[in-house]
This record gives sequence, structure tokens and C-alpha cells, in this order.
Amino acid sequence: MIIIGCLFNADGSFFRWSVHRDMLRQVSVFGILACGMTVVIITAGIDLSVSSVLALGAVFFAWFTLPLGWPAVYAIPAVLAIGLGLGSVSGFLVARMRIQPFIVTLAMMVFARGFAKVVSGGQKVTNYVMQPDGSAELIEHSPIFSLIDSRILGGNISVVTIIFAVCVFVTWVVLARLRLGRHIYAVGSNEEAARLSGVPVRRTLISAYAISGLLAAVAGICQAAQETQGDPETGSAYELDAIAMVVIGGTTLAGGKGSVVLTLIGVLTIGYLQKILSLNAAPEATRLMLTGAIIVCAVMFQKGKR
Amino acid sequence: MSRDSEEAGPACSIAPLGPDGELGCIEPLVAMRDIRKAFGPVEVLHGVDFDVQPGEVCALAGENGAGKSTLIKILSGVYDDFSGALTVCGKPQHFAHPIEAARAGIATIHQELSLVPSMSVADNLFLGREMTGRFGFIEFESQEAEAKRILENLELDVTPRTLVEDLPLSIQQLLEIGRALARDASVLVLDEPTSALNEHEAGILFNRIVALRSEGKAIIYITHKMEEIYTLADRITVLRDGKLVGTALTRELAPDELVKWMVGRDVVAEAAERQDLQEEPALEVSDLFVAHREGAGKFIVDGISFTLRRGEILGLAGLQGSGTSEVMHGLFGALGTRVTGRVRLLGDEFEIHCPSESVRRGLVLLTNDRKTSGLAPDLSVVENASLASLSRYSSRFGWIRRSKEVEAVRRLTEEFGLNAPSLHAPVSTLSGGNQQKVYLARWLMTEPKVLLLDEPTRGVDIGAKTDVYGLMRDWVSRGMSILLITSEMEELLALCDRVLVMFKGHLAAEFMRDAVTKDDVLSASMGHLSPIKDAVEGETS
Repeated sequence: MIIIGCLFNADGSFFRWSVHRDMLRQVSVFGILACGMTVVIITAGIDLSVSSVLALGAVFFAWFTLPLGWPAVYAIPAVLAIGLGLGSVSGFLVARMRIQPFIVTLAMMVFARGFAKVVSGGQKVTNYVMQPDGSAELIEHSPIFSLIDSRILGGNISVVTIIFAVCVFVTWVVLARLRLGRHIYAVGSNEEAARLSGVPVRRTLISAYAISGLLAAVAGICQAAQETQGDPETGSAYELDAIAMVVIGGTTLAGGKGSVVLTLIGVLTIGYLQKILSLNAAPEATRLMLTGAIIVCAVMFQKGKR
Repeated sequence: MSRDSEEAGPACSIAPLGPDGELGCIEPLVAMRDIRKAFGPVEVLHGVDFDVQPGEVCALAGENGAGKSTLIKILSGVYDDFSGALTVCGKPQHFAHPIEAARAGIATIHQELSLVPSMSVADNLFLGREMTGRFGFIEFESQEAEAKRILENLELDVTPRTLVEDLPLSIQQLLEIGRALARDASVLVLDEPTSALNEHEAGILFNRIVALRSEGKAIIYITHKMEEIYTLADRITVLRDGKLVGTALTRELAPDELVKWMVGRDVVAEAAERQDLQEEPALEVSDLFVAHREGAGKFIVDGISFTLRRGEILGLAGLQGSGTSEVMHGLFGALGTRVTGRVRLLGDEFEIHCPSESVRRGLVLLTNDRKTSGLAPDLSVVENASLASLSRYSSRFGWIRRSKEVEAVRRLTEEFGLNAPSLHAPVSTLSGGNQQKVYLARWLMTEPKVLLLDEPTRGVDIGAKTDVYGLMRDWVSRGMSILLITSEMEELLALCDRVLVMFKGHLAAEFMRDAVTKDDVLSASMGHLSPIKDAVEGETS
């Protein structure tokens, strides 16, 4: 993909670091979702609810910090707990009630979106706050927003990209180094065999969905910071991008195989594809069609390798 | 693709043989000459010749990895990139697709069943060649009538509308054969067809095979079981390491000679001397009940009690459905609340709870199907082997100590004689025998006290079987105890110190090692304590 970028470098703009920096910033929120999605897909499941949990996280984060005026040290853990909780509920329904992951997370997707609208009253949560006496007042923006949406290291890398990198690393540790990760692969590859080997299948499944929910909440905080508001409509259909990134990386929907490193490759592939096309002034429609084609090619390539 | 209509009959007509079934004088139905096949740079078949005559059962023997499956897959059109000549009914063929092979009259029944569980028996029998009317609608009534005829022919007491998933595995296996017959196959390839069948069901299958032979069909029969080869086959062809060792009429090839052909060395499968048993009980089971899946007050295991002593191999024999597997699954805690009973493990009260708890206490279960309930195919050898003992190789916070883990697996698999390209290769790339060793290694790594082994040598070649026997004897000499289910009578009698026989959920008989014959076990498992002949007559009358 990078080679293609060099070929179609749009008069050398591909060689500027700022292009790469912006690309990384743009894919970070999707990438964070894709990390959680990878974990769930390895268990042979799917999590459609990440986009709505993201929106709910964004709304709660904005609500806590702006109208309620909480400091970030309370607001962030609270939002993460909400994501973790909703993920655990999905996991519980999948593991304990034996409902198909598609159905469970579809229901959670609808529910969380509705919940986000209830919390926000259907409005965007901004720093334009209604006072009890009915008048509206512009309050000062919480500094955490601009902190997350800023660049560090001499303006060379966005904070959201750092957050994304941390998420990749943490997910990698969980999957490749922890007992939980081994159990996740085993359950995805052969659930019955895992159960009969003494693997706590239910706990493993619940953990997988909880991780996905937690990361969706992280993505929600980043999204809110980037949009400087909590929009209950935000992130719609992001779950499909996340799934596409996981699949392009080579993690199969059948479960048991894949890794977050592959997902990182998938995230960068899509990110660079979009960047190169926009640098070359390709229209949105072309971008979508090419993304579709790439998904199919990536999967065929994986099949051929086997 | 064939330009014939869908309903084309057999690809060639076959003259039935005379009653004595003289062999060798007719043109072979299938002739394969100098067949070579490579996977990438590795050649796995080095110029094999193979013939089958009409009206003949030809056993294809050889260890796992000898090239039997590859040869069969070439014949059935799964692989099309081979060199050499393939002739079916005198016509040179080179099948590019399994459908072409099927049209030429070759029906292959693989070890893995290819039925659709959620569809009815009739729908399965006609899957892919449905009887359709003028507008493409399926004519269910004529299909059902035809299905009924096929089922009667197979002596199966099953209605065409039954869903396949509601049938026991053995019946499904027979259905698979029925489906091949419904396609008017002239060559029938059976790959380990009895691995899921008990002796009685295998008997039905054998009768069908004999009948088909007398109709002039050619049957290629792949099996690891010696007794089946000598009951059924007219001729034996042996492959080893991708080469033809030889072919001989069954009556001219003695069993030990056959084994030598297959293994390339002498194999001694004698019953080893056992030292005196310790009297100390390892597992005491009393009043074990396992409820039927549908409940309704029915019990698959209907109150059995027994004691397994330390260092003992106790055989548990019985026909399919007699409850033997359920005893093991029940004790292990894999059946949840369907199980009641009192169990003591090494003298301590043992509450049947769940698999993880049983593993922790030292009671482990090797299921009879490593594919569906044993191994995780995508995980590596190491990851599969350590799956049940991971807590020994990880810190309190779940951090896996990988070098320690790999080292432990390496030590154990070397002891097992595991032959794997790499310990980090997916376990699905290993041969059946080696997969089974990985599965066994998983349990040994938990340092168990009592092993429940359900068909530990199923689908395993002779060399690996001998290894497994040796391992089992070694374990009991180290103080572990084994409860063993096996459908191979020789194995049962050679390994076990004692044999319990179950019939319809009850214990029907107990035999000591020195005072048991095959007939005793068989008749007890059919609910009779009289000689086997009476048992069979009693069942048919």
C-alpha cells in the first residue's frame, strides 16, 4: 500500500509526514474499535454494537464533563465503566443465554443508540448549557477535549494515535501473552473442546465482549474530543468499518485464528487507501467501491495462502 | 461435464459374476497406473498401481500417511493434479471435480459424514439430484416413496421424514451408504466406515457390502481394523510411504505378514505381563444415574456402581446406546445436572460439578471424537497440549510463561514419540495418530489420577496404536488408573485387567482378565449371558 502511495504520490505530498500523521489520526477511532472487534471475532462472534456504544460513550463523556462539570479523572473511568458494563451484558447474553452474537449485539446496538438519545435528550451535548431558569449559557470547555485532540512530540503525532497504539499493545498482550487470550483462541477454534479441557468458556466469552465494549468507550471519548461535543448520532455504521479492517487483516469470521497485529495491518491498509485516493482527488464514490474490492481481494489472498 | 441427462444410470453395465466370484479374469472396473502426486515440492505418491475388479471387495491397507487417502481422493476427483493413467470401465478418465467422478459411477463415503443434519432423511438421500417435476418443483411424494425403498433395502427402521440430526451416528453412516447406492454407483469407496459403529451395526453394514459385491459392484474398503479386512476383503492392496508394497488375495496373506507389509517391521501386540494390582481404590462410583437428554424420567445410565483400583485398566464395554460414553461424560461433569450419584476419588468425596473442577481434582476425559470435542484445530501443538494445564505455566495474573510451557510440551511429546513438523504448527496439519498423541499429552500435562479414555485409538494407525498401548501401560505402572472404552475387542481383551459390560444403562456382567473371551463380552453386551449365537437368534425372532 505504501508502494502504491509512493507511485501515486500526488506531486510529492505523500512524502510529507503530515499526511501520514493525519491519516493515523483519522483511522485511530476506527482502529480502537477494530482492536475490540478482533478479540470478539476470534471467539467466533461479532460485535455490531461498538458504534452505538461509541456514541453512548461520547454523549456520557460530554455530559459528565460539560453540564455536570466533572473533572476528567472521574469522567473517563465512569465512561469506561459504562462501556465495560454494556459489553459484559452482551457477553452474558451470548455466553449464558446462548443467543447468537449477531442478534445480541444487534439488539445492543439499537438499545445503546436509544440510551444515548435519552441521556442527551436527542440533542448534541455541547458547552452551550441550559440553566435551571431556562436561559442558555456558554460555559468554558473542559481542557481534556483539547488535550485529546492535540498533537504532541513537536506536533508530529496526535494524542488519539497514541491512544490507539496503546490499545493495540494492550490487546496484543491480552491475546498473545495472557491465559485469557489463549482461552479466547481455544473457545473460538472449538468451544466444546475448550469446555471439556476445563476452560471457563462463559467467563472467557463475557471478557471478550467486555473488552470490546471497553474499547468502544475509549473510542467514544476520542470521538467526543475530536468533535468537541457528545453527538448521539455519531459513529453510525462504524462497526462495519471495524469489521472490514479486521477481515482485511486476515482474521477469519470463523474464529480461532488471527491477531491484533493483522488487524493493525488492516487498519493501515484502509487508512492509506483512503488517503491516497483523496490525495489524488478521487471522489468518495470511487473510494467506497475500491474499499469493497480490497476486502474481497484481501480475503481471496488469505485463502490462496492456505 | 457430462452431457447426459441427470438421470443417467450407471456409467457402464456390469455383468454379474458367477456364484464362485472368480477374480482376475475380467477387465478391472478401475485401473490406476503409475499414479504420482505431489503437494508442492513433496511427492507423496511415487508411482502407484491399483486395480479393482467388479464383484470384489478390495481392502486398501497401510498406516496413516501411507497415501491411501490421497489415492482415493484422486479416484474420486478431489485432486486433479496428478500424473499417471486412470481408467474406469476401460475408459481413460481424468476427473477434474468430484461430480465427474460421481457421474462415472464412483461413490466415495468419507470418514466425515456429508449429511445435512437439519434436513430429513429423504431430502438427504436425494440431495443434489432431487426428483423434480416439469416446473422444477420437487416431487416430495415420489422422493419419499423411493427413500422408503432404499431404507428397507438397508434394513433401516427409519422413516423418510425423520431429521438426520435426530438419528444416532451409526444410522447416519448407513444412510450415507444408502445415498451412494441411490446414485447407482458401480464403485463404492468406503473410508473407515465402521469407526462410529458398534459390532451389531457393523454387522448390518457387512451384510450390505456382501450383497453389493454379489451384485457385481466393486468395493474399495479402507480400514485399520484387521478383523474387518479378514471378514470382508477378497484381496488386499498395501501401501507404505506412497509406494505400492504389494497386492494379494486375502486367503494367501497371513495377518502377521500383512502387518509386516504395512509397518515394514514386526509388530508384537501381545498382552504384557501385569504386576499384582493394588487394592487401593482410585475411583468409587455408586448409584450413578444419567438422565436422558429429553428428560421424561428416562435414564441412559440407570444406576451403576463400580470401583476402579489404583493402577488398574478397567474396560467398559457395551453397544452404542448402552450408556458407556455417558458414564464417562457424566463422571467428568460434562453433562451438568443430568447426572446424580456418589463418587469418591482416592478416598475423598468428589462432587460431580464441571469439567474444570474435575481436571483440577485429577479426573480427566479423553472423548471419542478428537475433531469435534477434543482439539482446537487452529491452535498449535503447544497451545493444544497445554490448554488444560495452563495455570501451571502462568503467573497469578494470567501471564503465560512461554518458555516453561514449550519446554514441558517438548519433553512430554518426545516421550510420546510425536512426529510433528514443528511444535508451533497448527495441530490440524498433523496426521490422525499424532493428533491423538497431542490430545493425550494435554491430559498427561495435568498430572491426572484417573483417566477416562473413550476410544483412545480411534482413527489411529497401527504404529501409533502400539505407542498408545505402551503409554497406557506406563501410566498405570506409575499409579494412574484408566477407565477404557474401545470398540476393538482385541484391544479391550489385551489391555484391560477387568471388563465391565453395560447393557441398556445397567451393568450386565463383570469379567476378570484371565476368564474372558470375546464371545462373553459380546453376548453380555447384547443382554444375554448365553453364547453369541443364541443372542443373534433371539434378536431376529
